[in-house]
Amino acid sequence: MSRDKTNQKSIRSMIQENKSSRSQSAVMEKVVPKIFLICAIISIFTTIGIVFTLLTETFTFFNRISIVEFFTNTRWFPFTSDENADFGIIALIMGTLTVTAIAMVVAIPIGLAAAIYLSEYASAKTRKIIKPILEVLAGIPTIVYGFFALTFVTPLLDKIIPGGISIFNALSPGIVVGIMIIPMIASLSEDAMNAVPNSMREGALALGATRFEVAMKVVLPAALSGVIASFVLGISRAIGETMIVTIAGGSRPTADINVTESIQTMTAYIVQVSQGDTGYGTTIYYSIYAVGMTLFVFTLIMNLLAQFISRKFREEY
Amino acid sequence: MPLINKESVKKRMGTRLAANGFAKFLFILATCFSLLVLGVLIYRILSEGLPYLSLDFITNFASRMPERAGIWAALLGTIWVMAVTAPVSFILGVGTAIYLEEYAKKNAFTKFVQINISNLAGVPSIVFGLLGLTIFVRLLGLGSSVLAGGLTMSLLILPVIVVASQEAIRTVPREIREASFGMGATKWQTIRRIVFPAALPGILTGTILALSRAVGETAPLLVLGALAYVAFVPENIFSQFTVLPIQLYNWTSRPQEDFHMLAASGIIILLIILLIMNSIAVLIRNKFHKRF
Amino acid sequence: MDITINKQIVPKNEKEQDFTPVFKINNLNLWYGQDHALKDIKFDIPEKQVTAIIGPSGCGKSTFIKTLNRMVEMVPIVRMSGEIVYRDKNIFNAKYGVEELRTQVGMVFQKPNPFPKSIYENVAYGPRIHGIKNKKVLDEVVEKSLRGAAIWDEVKDRLNENAYGLSGGQQQRLCIARCLAIEPDVILMDEPTSALDPISTLKVEELVQELKKDYSIVIVTHNMQQAARISDRTAFFLNGEVVEYTDTSTLFSNPSDKRTEDYITGRFG
Ligand SMILES: Nc1ncnc2c1ncn2[C@@H]1O[C@H](COP(=O)(O)OP(=O)(O)OP(=O)(O)O)[C@@H](O)[C@H]1O
Ligand SMILES: [Mg+2]
Repeated sequence: MSRDKTNQKSIRSMIQENKSSRSQSAVMEKVVPKIFLICAIISIFTTIGIVFTLLTETFTFFNRISIVEFFTNTRWFPFTSDENADFGIIALIMGTLTVTAIAMVVAIPIGLAAAIYLSEYASAKTRKIIKPILEVLAGIPTIVYGFFALTFVTPLLDKIIPGGISIFNALSPGIVVGIMIIPMIASLSEDAMNAVPNSMREGALALGATRFEVAMKVVLPAALSGVIASFVLGISRAIGETMIVTIAGGSRPTADINVTESIQTMTAYIVQVSQGDTGYGTTIYYSIYAVGMTLFVFTLIMNLLAQFISRKFREEY
Repeated sequence: MPLINKESVKKRMGTRLAANGFAKFLFILATCFSLLVLGVLIYRILSEGLPYLSLDFITNFASRMPERAGIWAALLGTIWVMAVTAPVSFILGVGTAIYLEEYAKKNAFTKFVQINISNLAGVPSIVFGLLGLTIFVRLLGLGSSVLAGGLTMSLLILPVIVVASQEAIRTVPREIREASFGMGATKWQTIRRIVFPAALPGILTGTILALSRAVGETAPLLVLGALAYVAFVPENIFSQFTVLPIQLYNWTSRPQEDFHMLAASGIIILLIILLIMNSIAVLIRNKFHKRF
Repeated sequence: MDITINKQIVPKNEKEQDFTPVFKINNLNLWYGQDHALKDIKFDIPEKQVTAIIGPSGCGKSTFIKTLNRMVEMVPIVRMSGEIVYRDKNIFNAKYGVEELRTQVGMVFQKPNPFPKSIYENVAYGPRIHGIKNKKVLDEVVEKSLRGAAIWDEVKDRLNENAYGLSGGQQQRLCIARCLAIEPDVILMDEPTSALDPISTLKVEELVQELKKDYSIVIVTHNMQQAARISDRTAFFLNGEVVEYTDTSTLFSNPSDKRTEDYITGRFG
């Protein structure tokens, strides 16, 4: 007992003694948050860096090529001699939009159908099997999808389509980009539908509605903004997708779209220039920033739109 | 006369049930489409890629002769880039998450940081390539080096790690923080000794998944000027490099069938790496699932 | 309405006070935003005794006990006025750090809240954060604290196992051990047995009796029998005010306020 007493004194006093070292820890308390703040600020600097880089280099580009020509010319032929070069981004935008449109035609119905199946029909067990598979699909690198588009989908389409299809075309990468986006639309839409309270479903089911009617007339309308937001995010992903379209889409920018023929997207153009031996400071070098800027603005608008739509959605419940 | 004609309800019921059945069939079909694609994709890659797969394929350098070509330089390049990306993105990501969750006041600045991060997550990866090209390669004069590539990749996956870490930190119950403060612990002590260790499994899972995304990324490094044909292994972070996906792109974009088969072999390796990373992430997630 | 009338009355226990106080609370007021949660609290808490705080739900018991170690300040909208003097120092004094206060004034929470660490690490946590690194000292502290919390025999063979594997009652005693490890002067307990089964409750109650030899204890409880069984003095809170504060036997056998009587006889609300 007496040993206990002395020991008890000692712990309390030991803690008291250590108080002197607390000034150190007081310094830590002040410094540490600042370090973390710097980490957080780096993410802002990243955005500033992106905007600043794109803006300054694009500005240089517009000193050489008029901004009016850039947005109105429908021809994009940068690699000819300087006087004959054409920098009309419409050709690249058309390529991007074509691929995006094809992708959405594939991804929206299939992704949405999968979402409805998962949220309204599938048992917990089925969901447990299918969701990881969708995750796997979402995790496959785009280079692999690009390979798949070029070496499987294109030859397949060539057989199916009467008259054949060129080796580089808009259709094949469009379809594959769509496949790539299915998991994203499926899982985001499913989240939105899962957020619909079960009481709403039960109410309709109790009145004798079939599952299909519940899905279409109750769940889908209630989850609509979340579902639409997932489409918009899908569009943004498709616009920014690079490797699939670079590998399977070809490098022939054109505004006259024929989906069985080669096209070029904004992203594919940037890769093409990076791969070539274009010197630093040439007009072509700066052109990738102008294209990148356009790409950035497109995707930013889509992302902000998606956020806006889904924020409205949250207010509903 | 009854208000509801039972006969017609019954009749309509038949068509309604048929519609329900048909719709369900379509939904299942759509879901199976994804599974089918996955199956075909894997089958194609295995059937094309397995013949070339050998130990030599892994340890050989790239070559103009398909039968002697390998992925050694690309594989090590990927490892080198990840060796830069992993610590940088982890520290920046977790630091940002801790700041936002533990220290930040609820003000306009914090909201701005948060919105900024979610928007960064939606920026196409190729734009990060342009950023890296301008800032790291040219402005800081790092050249098309492992360091420039690793830093660019860090910024690319930063938003993913921040969001995952924030979620992990948020799952740490208030009660155990209070217990720590109640013992006279300071804020930093509480974060370092209680919150961070408790959130670590979730943070690690998120980080590994983010890194696995970086391993498969091609576009930003292409824009940075990573080489497509490399017959040497990086010696330090200032060396030039290539990575696995770029090597695969290079092979895929050649017309000869043989190189396509090489690409398929390389894809098998790439997918195995991703599979391992994802398995580790899932393992961590399951092991520490629902502790609180 | 009689609340306002009673406010003027000087608690008549004032003169009976023949103890050394650890806490002297003076005109303590506390608001959550506009919500006036503690109103003009004024009483002293004795050293090495058990003080029970009773009162209906929402009357401010938890709020009050959390002001004693300033944990209440973790709620951002809190405003306070008045003073709490702990051993001759005003705890709201800017120079008096919260960390130092909380080292002296430990707390046991309503829900057992062990850290997701081993049993050993849970108990060693307090000494560690206060700079004690010596393994031998830590071993000693851990054993002594676990013994002090009457849980040593149950856990001595599994010190390195995760604390989440313990039963609720064991977890709560572990939390008490964790609190004892830094040898605080005062221990605050906010309904420490409300999440426990009767047997665990009994163990904790016995423990409280044991602990008051060395520690001053303030315990919030919903259970009036419990207050009657284990406490020396009892304060009855109602709507953020102290209606009556005196020694436990008096309060339960001969309450001076009608509302106290109503409450302890169960006629209340
Ligand atoms: N974090 C908070 N923010 C706002 N108001 C609060 C907060 N905590 C408590 N209050 C309010 O303060 C008053 C007192 O709450 P307190 O938790 O102290 O009551 P209590 O006596 O401990 O009740 P119980 O017996 O249910 O635990 C209540 O009216 C409650 O609504
Ligand atoms: Mg309470």
